Amino acid sequence: MLGFPNQCSLVANGERYAVADYESGVPRWCSGCGDHGILGAFQRLCRDEQLPPEKTVFVSGIGCSSRFPHYMRTYGFHGLHGRALPVAEGIKLRRPDLHVFVNTGDGDCCSIGTAHWIHAIRYNMDMTVVMHDNQIYGLTKMQMSPTTPKGLKSNTSPRGAYLDALNPLTTTLGVSNVSFVAQAVDWIPSLFQEILSQAFHHKGFSFIRVLQRCPNYLPTLFDSMMHEPSRTLILWHEQGLARDPELARVYDRQIEHDPSDIARARELASDLEVAPVGILYRNEQVPCYEDVRRSDQLQTPEMIEAALNEEFDNFTVEPVRQAETAEGE
Amino acid sequence: MTASELGPSGSADGGSPLRAPIETVEAHIVEVISDSGEGAQKCAQAFATVSAKTGNGVWTVEIIPAEIQPPARSIAGASGNRIRIGSHDVTNGGDAADLILAFNDQVLLGRVRAGELRPGCIVLLESKWKDDSDPDVAKQYNDAIEYLTREGYRVYEIPIEAECLKYVANPKRGRNMFALGILNSVYGQDTELSCDHIRYTFAKKGDDVVDGNIELLEAGYRWARDNLDIRFCVPPSSTRERQIVVNGNTALGLGIMASGMEVCSMYPITPATSASHYLSDVFRKAGGTVHQAEDEIAACCFAIGASYAGKCAVTITSGPGYSLKQEALGLAVMAEIPLVVVNVQRGGPSTGQPTKVEQGDLLTAVFGSHGDAPKIVMAAASIEDCFYAMITARKLAELYRTPVIVLTDANLATAQQPIPRPEFRAEWAAPPFDQSPVGDDSAPYDWDPKTGLSDRFLPGRPSGMHTLTGLAHDRHSRVAYDPEINHEGLRRRSLKLATFQKALQTPRVHGDREGDLLVVGWGSTKGAIEEAVDRLRSEGCSVSSLHLKFLQPMASGLGEILRRFTRVMTVEISWCDDLQEEMIDEDNRRYSNLAWLLRGRYLVDVDCWSEVKGQPIKPGSIARAVRARLDDLHSPNSRVG
Repeated sequence: MLGFPNQCSLVANGERYAVADYESGVPRWCSGCGDHGILGAFQRLCRDEQLPPEKTVFVSGIGCSSRFPHYMRTYGFHGLHGRALPVAEGIKLRRPDLHVFVNTGDGDCCSIGTAHWIHAIRYNMDMTVVMHDNQIYGLTKMQMSPTTPKGLKSNTSPRGAYLDALNPLTTTLGVSNVSFVAQAVDWIPSLFQEILSQAFHHKGFSFIRVLQRCPNYLPTLFDSMMHEPSRTLILWHEQGLARDPELARVYDRQIEHDPSDIARARELASDLEVAPVGILYRNEQVPCYEDVRRSDQLQTPEMIEAALNEEFDNFTVEPVRQAETAEGE
Repeated sequence: MTASELGPSGSADGGSPLRAPIETVEAHIVEVISDSGEGAQKCAQAFATVSAKTGNGVWTVEIIPAEIQPPARSIAGASGNRIRIGSHDVTNGGDAADLILAFNDQVLLGRVRAGELRPGCIVLLESKWKDDSDPDVAKQYNDAIEYLTREGYRVYEIPIEAECLKYVANPKRGRNMFALGILNSVYGQDTELSCDHIRYTFAKKGDDVVDGNIELLEAGYRWARDNLDIRFCVPPSSTRERQIVVNGNTALGLGIMASGMEVCSMYPITPATSASHYLSDVFRKAGGTVHQAEDEIAACCFAIGASYAGKCAVTITSGPGYSLKQEALGLAVMAEIPLVVVNVQRGGPSTGQPTKVEQGDLLTAVFGSHGDAPKIVMAAASIEDCFYAMITARKLAELYRTPVIVLTDANLATAQQPIPRPEFRAEWAAPPFDQSPVGDDSAPYDWDPKTGLSDRFLPGRPSGMHTLTGLAHDRHSRVAYDPEINHEGLRRRSLKLATFQKALQTPRVHGDREGDLLVVGWGSTKGAIEEAVDRLRSEGCSVSSLHLKFLQPMASGLGEILRRFTRVMTVEISWCDDLQEEMIDEDNRRYSNLAWLLRGRYLVDVDCWSEVKGQPIKPGSIARAVRARLDDLHSPNSRVG
């Protein structure tokens, strides 16, 4: 699929960017890890949108998925565990001209970075965020995460995870100013690609949760979902994903869902037996924090001087002669 | 209406004015205190501004209770200001008050018990409590008057509320303006200057409010002129330049604007927040944005993100918030992202004394974060420093690609002082950032072998794409799997501080360049230390002082200075153990922050003295402590002498 560039689309020599122009290094993820597919989808998105690599920034935290920026030949920021979102916000506020993407994991986003996640939804800055949800800590070797299913054994829950899993979709849908929420699964790449494209084109904070396999620690976690198509519910709508007859032959549970219907979105997101795949919610009307907050004028020394002098005037004391007031007699 | 127009014959009630002689003094310390919310601070600030306008040196210290609304008439509830005015530059709040105006007897007793009034201090006290309907209150008042008189204070009982009720229906309103009129009269100030200040302060509230306040101000002036036999004149200093009167936090805000920084991100914390309040109001005019983040960590990371993609950004906080930022500071060090972090220090650890001054975060600033995290640490010593430190810090952060920590404290945050009005210079502001293509052979960490310096690539520059990382990395920002690369990165980052250190000038010694004792300080204690040293020198003591602006790295030549004195001690508002205590000896004594640093670097037996009571250290206290060291030095049993 060839996308239509929305800005400077040509490389210097007149050729278009190819997927290879966005590739960097050899990913060190395990063979069979869902991260590989997500990486490929992003590289195709960049190609389809002809994003100038220098105008594109991938920001991540810490964890397996957060190695992501190292494998993109764009600008990248591989920062602190849980803190990708505030870094990305700082970038976007200062540089609305950059395309900002965030890759985060279930531990990064839903555990150590939870406060930032909630507030990032509320700020609604224009960026695309993919939460790689393999429901386990991989890099630190198999500890339970907030999205780990109850009862699952891990190194920190040898008798099974004690609590019900946190639901990232209902959580996101519950925050004020939410503007784009979608869910994808790494084993249906065509839908993820389409969701990613729509997320990119959404002006605001686009949150995609991707259910993603960890072949090393939880190789069978999603087997039942993969083998029982009835546990997947594909959402289509003229404002969402297009209906795909090919896909319908396998995934026969498909419904029309209006992404502007947040009540229905929350209902679908709450279903723990059947995973909705598609665009749950979209609202183009929510203002973006960077548009509300950013100074609309370009800073110049003259501007600084004028502002300072105006302020200094408020605080200035002009010396006055004292003699007259002393009533000396 | 000026004072002279009011004149001896202008008395509103026809009473005969007392012709009190004017006593000329070189400096005076005045306090205005009330229950919280009664307006003593507004009165005091106006008095300070008028004093500055008439050419006096001024320093104000806020007197604030811990709670927003402590119980009325409580000893711990005093709210107001100390204003020290002088015929010369005033750099600190001084020792004990010469005159205090109090709205009730209990807050007054609080100040007496805290030892804040000099013997014989003039006390102007609201007298309405004398006949209060609550017999307990009346008794408290009368007991207080009796006690104060017995102790030798010069007490004047003033019917402030009763007088105000002649002009306004609500006695809660405007008493502070009546009080301001009293002070104007006592110090021979032009009421027109106070009127100007009232017009400016209450401009948004409309003419009625302004006129009402001015009426009360003039009433206070007349009452004092006709009823008080005290008159002082503090002659103006010779300084005739234009000045601005601001507190340290406002100066920080102005400095941030002047530096050309565009993003300030913060999370509310006392006593740092008022800098952000001010900046939130005005930053937009200078093309900047204040972001209130969801927490301290986010505030730091947001600033890091903004810095990474544009001009250096700043985050402002106080002690506990500074602790929360430590991990992010490590990232800024490792990835060489410019960042200015302001820590307006307060009493700690933990919530400690949130509104009170302390200098306990120096070692945290120097050694904080994790691993080897070299960063530049500097401290503001005056209100003027708060302004210029922001400009310097921004430049250093960008030049050395490192976090620059600027330490101020609760004393500087709220103290007001007239400072020369700065003249903006274009080179203060950050230049526009480079978006041109990056050369083929350049790398994001193109470390200069000698200095460790390198130029960063901002996103947007063609051919400069790389992934910045908190992992150990090579000069191309690729993750280091080779142990040599980690070593090289550590070396380069450390070298940058050495390179900067070569550019630092040795600070000047205040007093003789050698002698019996050198007092070393940093931060807001400068004025008090130098005043103490001047007093001791005038008594013939061989004492000098040295004040450090850069705490990491420290300038060359310091060790040499320390060794020219028989003894060296620091004076800091950070804890040190006292050798007089039974359990404390040279093997277990914990030193104040700077003393640790000086001992470690210069191998000099640096002693220290500190007072950590949540108050600025007074020059008199410092002089006493230093004198004790000198006595010890000169005693026959001295270990040194």
